[in-house]
Amino acid sequence: MSEVVRRVRAGGGWSRPRGGSRKSNTAPRPWGVALAPVLILTLFFLYPLALIVRQSFQPVSAYADVFSSELFRTALWTTVWIAVASTVGCLVLGFVLALVIAFVPFPGARTVSRFIDVYLSFPSFLITLALLFIYGTTGIVGSFQFLATPWGVLLAEVTYFTPFVMRPLLAAFSQLDTAQLEAASSLGARAPRIVRQVILPEALPALAAGGSLVLVLCLNEFGIVLFTGAKGVTTLPMLVYSKAILESDYSGACVVAVVNVLISVGLYGLYRVVSRRAGA
Amino acid sequence: MTGGIRFDSVTVAYDGTVVLDALDLAVEPGEVMALLGPSGSGKTTALRAVAGFVRPVSGRVFLGGRDVTDLPPYRRGVGMVVQQYALFPHLRVEDNVAFGLKAQKVARGEIRPRVAEALELTGMAEYGRRYPRELSGGQQQRVAIARALAIRPGVLLLDEPLSALDARLRSGMLAELARLHRELPEVSILYVTHDQVEALTLADRIAVMDRARLQECGTPRELYRAPKSEFTAGFVGSANLLPVTVGERGVFFGEQRIEVRGVVPGAATLCVRPHLVGLGAGPNQLSGTVSEVQWRGATHRLYVGVNGHRVVADVPELKKPPVHGDAVTLHFAPEDAVLLAVGVGDE
Repeated sequence: MSEVVRRVRAGGGWSRPRGGSRKSNTAPRPWGVALAPVLILTLFFLYPLALIVRQSFQPVSAYADVFSSELFRTALWTTVWIAVASTVGCLVLGFVLALVIAFVPFPGARTVSRFIDVYLSFPSFLITLALLFIYGTTGIVGSFQFLATPWGVLLAEVTYFTPFVMRPLLAAFSQLDTAQLEAASSLGARAPRIVRQVILPEALPALAAGGSLVLVLCLNEFGIVLFTGAKGVTTLPMLVYSKAILESDYSGACVVAVVNVLISVGLYGLYRVVSRRAGA
Repeated sequence: MTGGIRFDSVTVAYDGTVVLDALDLAVEPGEVMALLGPSGSGKTTALRAVAGFVRPVSGRVFLGGRDVTDLPPYRRGVGMVVQQYALFPHLRVEDNVAFGLKAQKVARGEIRPRVAEALELTGMAEYGRRYPRELSGGQQQRVAIARALAIRPGVLLLDEPLSALDARLRSGMLAELARLHRELPEVSILYVTHDQVEALTLADRIAVMDRARLQECGTPRELYRAPKSEFTAGFVGSANLLPVTVGERGVFFGEQRIEVRGVVPGAATLCVRPHLVGLGAGPNQLSGTVSEVQWRGATHRLYVGVNGHRVVADVPELKKPPVHGDAVTLHFAPEDAVLLAVGVGDE
């Protein structure tokens, strides 16, 4: 998961995940060199992960308990719908903004484009904090309890994750042959038709890649949900947190964590498939 | 829509740099006009002004007698074909061709036959179900032409349409374009190229452009036989350009008196095509020393130093060609030489 984020935040190498293909390009190394990272990975990452999985089965009934609880099912539903809605929001907003930045000449378009790169490096709670200043109880717009609702979380996630969609879109748009747009225009197509029939089809792989990434990130988002102070909004990561830290129900927390990991890994696999196709 | 393009003193500038300087030019309905010039001569800018992708800072553009200067590209109804094809990669050939018809809200039932007709015209009827990436460069260019013709434009704009093709395909496509024009005699074609062969082969008239200006406009024959400027002489076909003095006693190249038809007052450049220069004695005799000989199959090309100037002669293949250092005599007929006023199109 964090690997994905790092790759995106680093800016380059978006559409072609680097990790996998590197091995085949270089000469085989002495296996001793590979041993250290593998050991470290096992010790600090895989082992704790295995502990979580093991803990989730003690007692074996933990799964049944968690799955049958109303709280879990609500959290699962909340997590999924907020993540899906955020992703849709990011895709729509990101597409429109990237269109404007890429195709409507205005002074500062480059600066805006640069800023998106910087934006990707911001921590997610920063956005929520900023939103608190506007919409929070003591904020500029003031006192309507908007941020503490699922809609507040949705707004914050759309605000924060939209650039993650724009980055690959802008890359795709810069590849687009302007002669195609001109050809469409001289054939009698106006802007909406050109966007729909020329630009959008070219942008689909980038939209799919950006969208699936944002979906994964939203499913696991913790900071934003915590910072909006939405007591009524319980997502899976929040549930893990409250079970483990507040209720000391480690088995329950581990079960939820495992579910979360499975969803993430599944979606990440999907994202890899999609982005590989997009990167061709 | 009726054809015909008229540039009325069209000037285009980017950030204060004039890239097209007061172009006056008229393309008649059904005429093929080539805009010929080196890169940066303003020829593509002129074409883009017709398509509507650049806005003149002054002057008007007319299509079929209608002032279109203020119309957006999608309301001009011109067909455009560019060097890199610009096909829509995600659409099949038939959908590429249908694109313009759908954009112009042509009745549904009419689209299919018109797509078929356009593909038939360009010899691509069997490729309708393919995607552009499954076609060769030449085939893609045919599709691009079909797409442009499907909207039945009065004016077809071709921007270096053959530059991306290899030499063999290019000559085939040239013949193809000539055939297309015979089948669509009412369509005006504006053909932008830097290739004189394409211009000479295809165009009814050629407009020679250089440094944002129209230098000269005329039929290929006029420009080839009797260019008015050194630039045209050098750009349309190859030319020997020799400095001469014009006085009361006639025209002189060094000490050699030259017979030429017509005299330009103060003229000082003589233009003779290499293939009109013969080897041996004759009228307008020039003596010199061979500096280089190139065998070109059917011809020999001789580079001969005369009075410190290089004269190029293309002569039919010689049994015993001269070699470097040989003294030779060249000649040319008075009617094959043209006198050019120095400085025309060169200010």
